[in-house]
Amino acid sequence: MEMMDDTGYLLEAEDIVKRFGDFTANDRVSLRLRPGEIHALLGENGAGKSTLVKIIYGALQPNGGRLRWHGEAVAVPNPGAARQLGIGMVFQHFSLFDALTVVENVALAVPGPFNPRALAERVEQVSAAYGLPLDPVALVADLPVGVRQRIEVVRCLLQDPRLLIMDEPTAVLTPQEARGLFVTLKRLADDGCAVLYISHRLEEVRHLCHRATILRHGKVVADVDPRVETAASLARLMVGADVQSVAAEAQEQAGPVALTVDALSLPAMKPFGVPLRNVSLEVRSGAVTAVAGVAGNGQSELFEVLSGERLAPTPDSVTIAGRPCGARDITERRRLGAAFVPEERLGHSAVPGFRLSENLLLTRHASGDDLVRTGFINGGRTRALTARVTERFDVRFSRRDQEAGALSGGNLQKFVVGRELDRKPEVLVINQPTWGVDAGAAALIRQALVDRARDGAAVLVISQDLDEIFEIADRIAVISRGALSDTYPADAIDRERIGMLMAGAHESGGTPDRDARA
Amino acid sequence: MNALEAVLLTIITASTPLLLAAVGELVTERSGVLNLGVEGMMIMGAVTGFAAAYTTGSAAVGVAAAVATGGAMALLFAFLTQTLAANQMATGLALTLFGIGLSGLMGQPFTGLPGVKLGAVHIPGLSDLPLIGPVLFAQDLLVYGSVALTAFVAWVFARTRLGLVIRAVGSNHHSAHALGYDVAAVRYGCIAFGGACAGLAGGYLSLVYTPQWIENMSAGRGWIALALVVFATWTPSRVAVGAYLFGAVWIMGLYAQGVGVAIPSQFLASLPYLVTIAALLAISGNRIFTKVNTPACIGQTFVPDR
Repeated sequence: MEMMDDTGYLLEAEDIVKRFGDFTANDRVSLRLRPGEIHALLGENGAGKSTLVKIIYGALQPNGGRLRWHGEAVAVPNPGAARQLGIGMVFQHFSLFDALTVVENVALAVPGPFNPRALAERVEQVSAAYGLPLDPVALVADLPVGVRQRIEVVRCLLQDPRLLIMDEPTAVLTPQEARGLFVTLKRLADDGCAVLYISHRLEEVRHLCHRATILRHGKVVADVDPRVETAASLARLMVGADVQSVAAEAQEQAGPVALTVDALSLPAMKPFGVPLRNVSLEVRSGAVTAVAGVAGNGQSELFEVLSGERLAPTPDSVTIAGRPCGARDITERRRLGAAFVPEERLGHSAVPGFRLSENLLLTRHASGDDLVRTGFINGGRTRALTARVTERFDVRFSRRDQEAGALSGGNLQKFVVGRELDRKPEVLVINQPTWGVDAGAAALIRQALVDRARDGAAVLVISQDLDEIFEIADRIAVISRGALSDTYPADAIDRERIGMLMAGAHESGGTPDRDARA
Repeated sequence: MNALEAVLLTIITASTPLLLAAVGELVTERSGVLNLGVEGMMIMGAVTGFAAAYTTGSAAVGVAAAVATGGAMALLFAFLTQTLAANQMATGLALTLFGIGLSGLMGQPFTGLPGVKLGAVHIPGLSDLPLIGPVLFAQDLLVYGSVALTAFVAWVFARTRLGLVIRAVGSNHHSAHALGYDVAAVRYGCIAFGGACAGLAGGYLSLVYTPQWIENMSAGRGWIALALVVFATWTPSRVAVGAYLFGAVWIMGLYAQGVGVAIPSQFLASLPYLVTIAALLAISGNRIFTKVNTPACIGQTFVPDR
């Protein structure tokens, strides 16, 4: 028989250990959840949050420790077993099938006889009951990200869960969509369902959650009531030290325009891609201009046409330093003083199997560093430059001139950003500069971007992290379904307005509604 | 039997092995696996089918042996690509080369021997109809079977949970795994089905089409089946259209040569390919339809975290 004081808990994870090779992702992690409790799981990237919830959901098997459900020891060998218990999960990278319809996606997770028509009715009932509108026969590929998350939530709700796990659910939502989700979660909690909520957005956690368990390097470092903490005290617990904030002196006056996009429209090229629609943008020297937007709204397409990976329809639609560049390739644009850092570190910014010096050569072979002469590589000079970058940007590695793929995400990101900044480019375009990077590396990268702008460069940051944008940007534009809003001074626009632009407020009329700006 | 009936009959027997192999490969590919070993599994089905039928005197035993051989070769492919996570292209090509070589060796003692032909089944009443009777209703069981199989596969994909799971695994194996589906198990099943169909197609060649064993008698039909699946955008009904169109143009080209039409034979030989590609491209113009039916994970190795 279990002890009496255990009976109040829905789920108890005790001393969970999970190792991947030499790396211990979860080191004797314990967690307790009561019915109706919204419980936050906090920690930096790599702290072991996702590993722990995957163990609870049966997607990973622990090397040690126990799980109890209603006080009784249980094994969760696979996600099916977790669903049998009443555990549902909404994944960070959604577990949806683009090529299937909404109801087919739901059917894959719901046991019982296969009857799409009856299921479609249940989907409509549940989505109406929780205010999560869904069209059961729509193809997932045609739906925006916010709606896709609704599918995952509804799919979990159909199974009448006792515990709902949400892995960074608001990372892909506009502020307005996130508020809608919070209402749903609070209703679920009132109905007695427990919610395990992973996030690194601390304000959100403070307003929504009843308890918070904080992980650092795979260990539980604190178990607190987030409502009585501050965002700063939670951040301290997560990082283990004070997080530096970016120091940006007030911008004296904006310099000349160094990068322009003029009325650019481009059809989508890849399946499920986003077409650019009449995009115009001016990026001035001496300032950081940011493009905000929910992922998958044309950011990659905009980056590609700026960098020259994709050519623009007319030469004049993209200019760098006053020269028409629409038809120039990426090397020619680099020669004009521009530098580019794409979103994906591995496979786009860097070749995983190449050494750092080889990766450095790939973007800087033609930009005046004298690394290549008559076709021969100057190995000594390339390695010296690499050493300069790794030293200046605090890139930590275990062997000299290591393969890019062996570096951690934060260190590799510091390297690929440093590689471009080391050139002192006059124009820098960077897509998601700190995505999936630990707080220390993120602070260093943001400071370096601001410093470069203050030294007179035109810096364009494409980011989906509003906190980051407000920290570093002087001017802000918002992209939504391939259409870009006007650019606003950072102190003349707030989150509310950005949220409306993310939802497409600028798309229909062509001119933004002035009253909302005031 | 008049000449027209003869032509139509030959078209059906020429198209059936293509249809069988292509429908099997379609199921394999829908689960996200590209098995380039169709030709190898087919030729092995042909030789074992012939050998079993010759030894036992029973064409039915031959058919069973062909199916079993194709399935066994496919399971070898599944073990290599799913359990050992080997590259699918390389493994498939190896399977084809291996099958062609081994079938030549195994078939040595059977070369030139008289075969056992699988008999036709006359459907009473219908087979007496003029023209279409002897063509459509006096065929062997495998012709009826291939059409029924195509319809069955189409039904499974459109209407059943099994079909939905196969499509899901082929569309995104990470998501399918996250939902708790055993990706490898689903693929094992689909690969084995594809192999069995390829073996049956081979058996059809050596038991019905030309009831004897000739080395390399599959003559590239496995590759044609592979191409048909892609051009038919992984849709069973289009695979059937493609297989019969290819068979029809091919046989009519042969007849045209036979009666001495003044068209270069090289052109006639390439005509089935050109016509089939043109026709299937014409019907697969709908980009959305193509997107929805293309298995996005095709050819990718999947190794889950554990």
